[in-house]
Amino acid sequence: MATLVSHPDEVRVVSKRFGQGATNLDRYLELDGYKAVQRALAMEPDAIINEVKNSGLRGRGGAGFSTGMKWSFVPKQSAKPKYVLCNGDESEPGTCKDRLIFEQDPHAVIEGVMIASLAVGAHTGYIYIRGEYRYLSVIMQKAIKDAYARGFLGKNIFGSGRDLDIYWHGGAGAYEVGEESALMESLEGKRGIPRIRPPFPAVVGLWGGPTVINNAETLASVPHIMLGGADWYAKLGTPKNGGTRLFCLAGHLNKPGVYELPMGYNLKKMIYEVGGGIPNGRALKAVVPGGSSTPVLLAEEIDIPMDFDGVAKAGSMLGSGGVVVLDDTTCIVKFALRTIKFYQHESCGWCIPCREGTDWLKKTLTRFHAGAGVEKDIDNIYYLSENMLGKTFCPLGDAAAMPTMAFVKKFRKEFEDHLEGRPCPFEKAGAREPVLA
Amino acid sequence: MKFSEEFETRFSEMLTHYPTKRSALVPTLLYAQDEVGYLSDEAIAELAQRLDLTELEVRNVISYYSMLTTGPRGKYNVQVCTNIACMLRGGEEVLEHCKRRLGVGNKGTTQDGLFSVEEVECIGACSWAPAAQVNYDFHENLTLEKLDKVLDEYKKKGTQ
Repeated sequence: MATLVSHPDEVRVVSKRFGQGATNLDRYLELDGYKAVQRALAMEPDAIINEVKNSGLRGRGGAGFSTGMKWSFVPKQSAKPKYVLCNGDESEPGTCKDRLIFEQDPHAVIEGVMIASLAVGAHTGYIYIRGEYRYLSVIMQKAIKDAYARGFLGKNIFGSGRDLDIYWHGGAGAYEVGEESALMESLEGKRGIPRIRPPFPAVVGLWGGPTVINNAETLASVPHIMLGGADWYAKLGTPKNGGTRLFCLAGHLNKPGVYELPMGYNLKKMIYEVGGGIPNGRALKAVVPGGSSTPVLLAEEIDIPMDFDGVAKAGSMLGSGGVVVLDDTTCIVKFALRTIKFYQHESCGWCIPCREGTDWLKKTLTRFHAGAGVEKDIDNIYYLSENMLGKTFCPLGDAAAMPTMAFVKKFRKEFEDHLEGRPCPFEKAGAREPVLA
Repeated sequence: MKFSEEFETRFSEMLTHYPTKRSALVPTLLYAQDEVGYLSDEAIAELAQRLDLTELEVRNVISYYSMLTTGPRGKYNVQVCTNIACMLRGGEEVLEHCKRRLGVGNKGTTQDGLFSVEEVECIGACSWAPAAQVNYDFHENLTLEKLDKVLDEYKKKGTQ
């Protein structure tokens, strides 16, 4: 079980039932569980979609697309069955929030999938959980079984005359599968290679049927919107950025943890107040605001609202909510290398710019960090990244390119400090404090 | 080949989830691996036959997923995360310590077959870094001392 934390500034919506024993179905029912889906059963599908649209809920997986809008793209009539697919393949470095939702409140995800199914006219839903989260798939399987036993799932749910099945599915280690089209390939029992779009999953998805794919946190937010109302939810956040979100504070912080804060919460405050500031009296060097794929922000760039638009305005992305904090002992070249090593490892190899680009970047950065770099490498690193950007089937190429370009742009001097055979300035004896925990 | 009853229950249940048999492949491969220790030739042939696939199709899928392996590993596979959030809090030191203590390199297995060590990508424990997984169990907020204790416990469990 992961450690839970709290802070007075938190606004608990998705995390409302954390630590309350809500994996138990009776306890979940006591905590207003399965009320939202019963309300949705009495509504027209379009009314559900409008409610979610008006709430300002945007995809919590990283792209920040309007959830209600996504649902509205599913055709009303379809010859093939429609599906709802919950993306719980959480693997963006810096992100560990869906894990807590599955661990603490699995029925909320089930209920979210149910409401989404009612909205788009699907009779089958899947909850995909990454393979490393084995203990969570055990929790989820039990939750689904319990829901079936009470007649909440299966034939004639809640006596409504409607049938709805929900199944769990497990991965086996692949970041790429978190991308929606690769996720469907994986669920179909194949390598997780992305599909070209259009057609979009809402039209042609799982086994060719229209499919809605939402992140676990997004779906877990939906029941709260149905109960509290779109207005209430929208007002928790900032204009066009409804609600709250789980922020995963990680890296050089005194109080790392997963905190639920209103959309638009100030990043500086998040680091110094919620996260307890930087340990050992160190200074802040940089922040990766939304998982490893988002461009780094400098210490002087963090006085911004943490919502999709606020972070975009600062030249980065809110992404998946993984806030990684770097103090002044961190070598950016090494950090860039570790980031690229990840993307090189996870590139599925389907598109050449990503497959070759991440490999060359890894090789160049490895050599560069070891002190064997030449001046030209710095521009080459940027150039290689730029040539991946927007040239691949899926956003993994972009995810590798965007942070790398920002590292070079914002920390060029630090790259130069590694030139001419100079050893990494951050790896001198005693310059790094090895283990923090 | 024969799998346990538990596997058979899971397998037949998984088949009811999907319109195509093939969809059960990835989760059932992992279940088979848990049982055999790795995806042996026999296990691959068996699953291929059950799911109406060629062995090549199954191997093609196996090679994509990093948790799946066709070679034996230690009874306890110690997977140390060194990705950014863990790296900032000492993940690399944890990995080095682990390798030194067990006397193996990355993806190596100790001679008694008890432990193997693997450097892995983000396991979703960023706010509790540095972290490692031993098989499926998470061990978080690690220090070198804490890691030693964890390894001692598994050693005791494995040699009992």
